[in-house]
Amino acid sequence: MARISASVYTSHVPAIGAAIDLGKTTEAYWQPLFKGYEFSKQWMLSHRPDVIFLVYNDHATAFSLDMIPTFAIGTAARYQPADEGWGPRPVPEVVGHPELASHIAQSVIQDDFDLTIVNKMDVDHGLTVPLNLLCGSPQAWPCPVIPFAVNVVQYPVPSGRRCFNLGQAIRKAVESYDEPLNVQIWGTGGMSHQLQGPRAGLINKDWDNRFLDRLIADPAGLAALPHIDYVREAGSEGIELVMWLIARGAMADVAGGPKPTVAHRFYHVPASNTAVGHLILENPQ
Amino acid sequence: MPLDKPYLDVPGTTIFDAEQSRKGYALNQFCMSLMKAENRDRFKADERAYLDEWPMTEAQKEAVLARDLNRCIALGGNIYFLAKIGATDGRSFQQMAGSMTGMTEAEYRDMMVGGGRSVEGNRKVGEDGDAQAHRQPQGRQLPKEGA
Repeated sequence: MARISASVYTSHVPAIGAAIDLGKTTEAYWQPLFKGYEFSKQWMLSHRPDVIFLVYNDHATAFSLDMIPTFAIGTAARYQPADEGWGPRPVPEVVGHPELASHIAQSVIQDDFDLTIVNKMDVDHGLTVPLNLLCGSPQAWPCPVIPFAVNVVQYPVPSGRRCFNLGQAIRKAVESYDEPLNVQIWGTGGMSHQLQGPRAGLINKDWDNRFLDRLIADPAGLAALPHIDYVREAGSEGIELVMWLIARGAMADVAGGPKPTVAHRFYHVPASNTAVGHLILENPQ
Repeated sequence: MPLDKPYLDVPGTTIFDAEQSRKGYALNQFCMSLMKAENRDRFKADERAYLDEWPMTEAQKEAVLARDLNRCIALGGNIYFLAKIGATDGRSFQQMAGSMTGMTEAEYRDMMVGGGRSVEGNRKVGEDGDAQAHRQPQGRQLPKEGA
């Protein structure tokens, strides 16, 4: 049977991708940020999964205002890096896992989560920047990836509670897959940031760090946080953090299993307009 | 019964909800079109003519021509869509975000390096933080006419 071995949480700022693509990672501005991911790259080498289930949001790339799916699961065999207006990022194509993705879609929909199934889409920085941060810049990504896009562009986005419950349904789906795959689930986006209006540039370190504390120790309580708290305290784009609750909901302790181990925790301000947070939680074997 | 919109009293912030999205559909779809290199070229060659191909309001077209992102957002634009205009102009997200604050690019960058904008005084309309209407525009720029 497949199992979820760990969850990874990270911001996915486009400027991080640009810094990687332009060879700026050792510059004084960026060096502290990339230092925070050195452990994670080593950890990925020693904890290489068979599949990554990657929760992210599309930034008006694959989905325009013509169609706005709340939850979209990629069941394609491959995905190309998108041209977001600056030209496509020079990163490898993303190889999917159509069999597991279709299995999860069927199971989760039967559990009352109405997913949109996507067989063709390009993937933007929301998906490729986390892969770079954890895997570096290889010729090919180390394993297949199932993209899972969440609408956090047009309000209302799904609630934290909904995301947390969805994570539980995803765990159940993975554990009912016959092949013995080692699956990681990643939640990306955030932390505090606001990209619009006179309040642009908002950062709330205290709130972000409390969010990290509670994500580890009290995820069910954290999931009860209403949208307005994210907007007011972490900025209008800080709402992306609801996606972290999908990954957290898929961990064993939520289903009565043992507590996860914190393998790594990192926080840094700024990356462009954004506070960067990063966690790795392992399910005990 | 009216919908609950508890986010209307967050200063300096426009939440892109269904109402804004409806107003901004053509504006945002125009922005999406700039993801194709050939459209970027056509837009740059004659911005006004390119905009006239879209069923946008005159106010939306003028806001785009002026690169007034706050105005674009008030008229239904969303930053992830408007970012395509910035990309066409060769501007980064930080330059775009900073342009909405009235701060110079250097002032905004320094604020971010210094830990970003504080939430204190900026949670609700009526407080005294730097994102409040009575403290606009920020930075040392001279106030713009009509701003």
